[in-house]
Amino acid sequence: MQLPPALHARLAGAPGSAEPLPVERDPAAGTTPFSFAPRLVRFPREHDFFEDGDVQRHLYLQDVLTQVGGAPERPRRPSARVPEFTCQVAGCCQVFDALEDYEHHYHALHRNVCSFCKRAFPSGHLLDTHILEWHDSLFQILAERQDMYQCLVEGCTEKFRTSRDRKEHLVMRHLYPADFRFDKPRRSRGPAVPGAAEQVLAEALGDDRVPSEGDAMEVCSEHVEPSPEPAGERRAYSHRCLTRI
Amino acid sequence: MWSRQRGGLKPLRCGVEQLRCRRREREAALRKARREQQLVSKRLLRDEALEEAEEGCVAMIFGEAEIQQFLRLAQRGTEEKEREGALVSLRRGLQRPETQQTFIRLEGSIRTLVGLLTSNQALLQLEAARCLHELSHSEQSAVVEACLPATSYLLTYLSGHSSDFIELCLYTLGNLIVESEAVRRQLLPQGIVPALAACIQSPHLTVLEALGYALSQLLQAKEAPEKIIPSVLGSTLPQHMLQLLQPGPKLNLGVAVEFAWCLHYIICSQVNNALLITQGALSTLGLLLLDLAGAVQRTEDAGLELLACPVLRCLSNLLTEAAAEAVGGQLQLRDERVVAALFILLQFLLQKQPSLLPEGLWLLNNLTANSPSFCTSLLSLDLIEPLLHLLSVSNVVLTVLCNVAEKGPAYCQRLWPGPLLSSLLDTLAFSDTEVVGQSLELLQLLFLYQPGAAQAFLQQSGLQALQRHEEVAQLQDRVHALQQTALHG
Repeated sequence: MQLPPALHARLAGAPGSAEPLPVERDPAAGTTPFSFAPRLVRFPREHDFFEDGDVQRHLYLQDVLTQVGGAPERPRRPSARVPEFTCQVAGCCQVFDALEDYEHHYHALHRNVCSFCKRAFPSGHLLDTHILEWHDSLFQILAERQDMYQCLVEGCTEKFRTSRDRKEHLVMRHLYPADFRFDKPRRSRGPAVPGAAEQVLAEALGDDRVPSEGDAMEVCSEHVEPSPEPAGERRAYSHRCLTRI
Repeated sequence: MWSRQRGGLKPLRCGVEQLRCRRREREAALRKARREQQLVSKRLLRDEALEEAEEGCVAMIFGEAEIQQFLRLAQRGTEEKEREGALVSLRRGLQRPETQQTFIRLEGSIRTLVGLLTSNQALLQLEAARCLHELSHSEQSAVVEACLPATSYLLTYLSGHSSDFIELCLYTLGNLIVESEAVRRQLLPQGIVPALAACIQSPHLTVLEALGYALSQLLQAKEAPEKIIPSVLGSTLPQHMLQLLQPGPKLNLGVAVEFAWCLHYIICSQVNNALLITQGALSTLGLLLLDLAGAVQRTEDAGLELLACPVLRCLSNLLTEAAAEAVGGQLQLRDERVVAALFILLQFLLQKQPSLLPEGLWLLNNLTANSPSFCTSLLSLDLIEPLLHLLSVSNVVLTVLCNVAEKGPAYCQRLWPGPLLSSLLDTLAFSDTEVVGQSLELLQLLFLYQPGAAQAFLQQSGLQALQRHEEVAQLQDRVHALQQTALHG
């Protein structure tokens, strides 16, 4: 199919077009036995017309095992091994010999860290919620009179009187598991205490030494330091935490 | 962007013919699946270099005892490397369906894996996520659905910052999404749409491509028009998608392909295309079409047809919306470069992917049907002859010619003389009544608007060409009418 040579130049040229030719229809056009009329055509989702293109799309999806270097911002290979180095964050003594591993470590454990209690959270959103609920004294005061516990699902604007109500909402409405939690105990100075880590994982496995109700979906994990005198539920929680350690 | 694995990395275990044969088989399977509305494809993300490093170690089938051993070691090992190593071994084993089956039947195994996924050891997290990813890719529903307890965590991690990890979570979610409606019925209330809307702001291309994949799977679901697309349209996702499709130095092909398909699934479901038009979809897609045509000339880049297809579809469908009329004043919709671009793409498709030509011609029809401007462009850019070249591909060529001719004498004058007459005489020789019927319609318009056309037709033995069809039911009335006009004016 030969295209006129000027076409490519036209594409590269300025936007615009020639004045449209005048339209002048004869009423006899397209009348019986003829029937032509210009028609916009649309095809719905499942139409057979799309079969070929859809099949090509899926061949592309299936066709590969790994991602080729190409355009992404870094090549897909584990980073070159480097001489061992230690994470520089205070209190962390994790050792690495690959930069990519360190990147993940840093983001997972040091990025969204509560400056009050040093706990790490998987996202800024959970961190913000945690700070509000655990370190903001105003929150406690307001919580006595209004619904302050925000649903953890982004986009859901529901608020609750207690964290237990919130948990119930998360389970019933958002189909969260009843034991939804992230376990990132505070990094104490020096190597992690194996006992504490075991405890944490034991709970994840449903070890029923400690009832999980009320612990799950608290926006914190191990509460290591003694908390100030909060009323009601929170005190009960922190007692439980203390006995675990 | 994903592409066929280079032959150099793994020894070719079979010849080229075998590969072609396998591809044909897969294509046939996909066609069958589509006809049954069961078109499901998953992606498996395996690190190329890890594969290389593990070369020679065939994935083993592990039994219960071995799996338990790995899990115990991963949880309670004292040495970090030991714990990681245990999960790596498990992950490799999970490449085998037999190991997967054993794993999911083992009590507490998923719980343990989820515990490791949410643990305080970043590298264990990553390996646990890789294990889940292997499971998500399974063809066995039971294996895939065993991953469900992990979804709320995967979604939470989408708001994190580790791009590798997020990418893995997204591909895993994408595989889970496509598995069954039951899975989606859990993911939607868990907030997958807001999670994706937050994640789409990531600057990482690998994350964006993975997100596009996951979203395209969500939008392709059978129940999407009723249950998913409305909430997607109500989120900030469409604006971000359109931004990611803006042509320019930041446009990434792999990312654009995914989001173009997302847009296609939304648009062809016809839920609220007017909204997309107000957000500038027509404008963006028009500019993207121009960009594509430019790219096609510049590079031998594999994969441009993967982007061309959804872009053509989106534009064609959007043009049928009433709202499109309203924005018709926008320059893009009168810009003759759009027609130039389309023809450059048609030429490209003719070489690369002829099966997509009908889709390109579909766009040409929708562009020209009600637009004197685009019909004029077709004429002024000298595109009639190239268009005739595609007659054998699709009848839509004749429809487009009719779109032009029906606009009156000024248009027919520019269609005449030239190769049109001999092409029409050729098509009249076809036995396909559709094709012949369209040719007759075009002839009527030409006879009506172009003096001398009927004469020339007669001189070229047009009457004989018509006679062939005198007895055909769908054609006879029109044949007779034309014979009358030709002979008596």
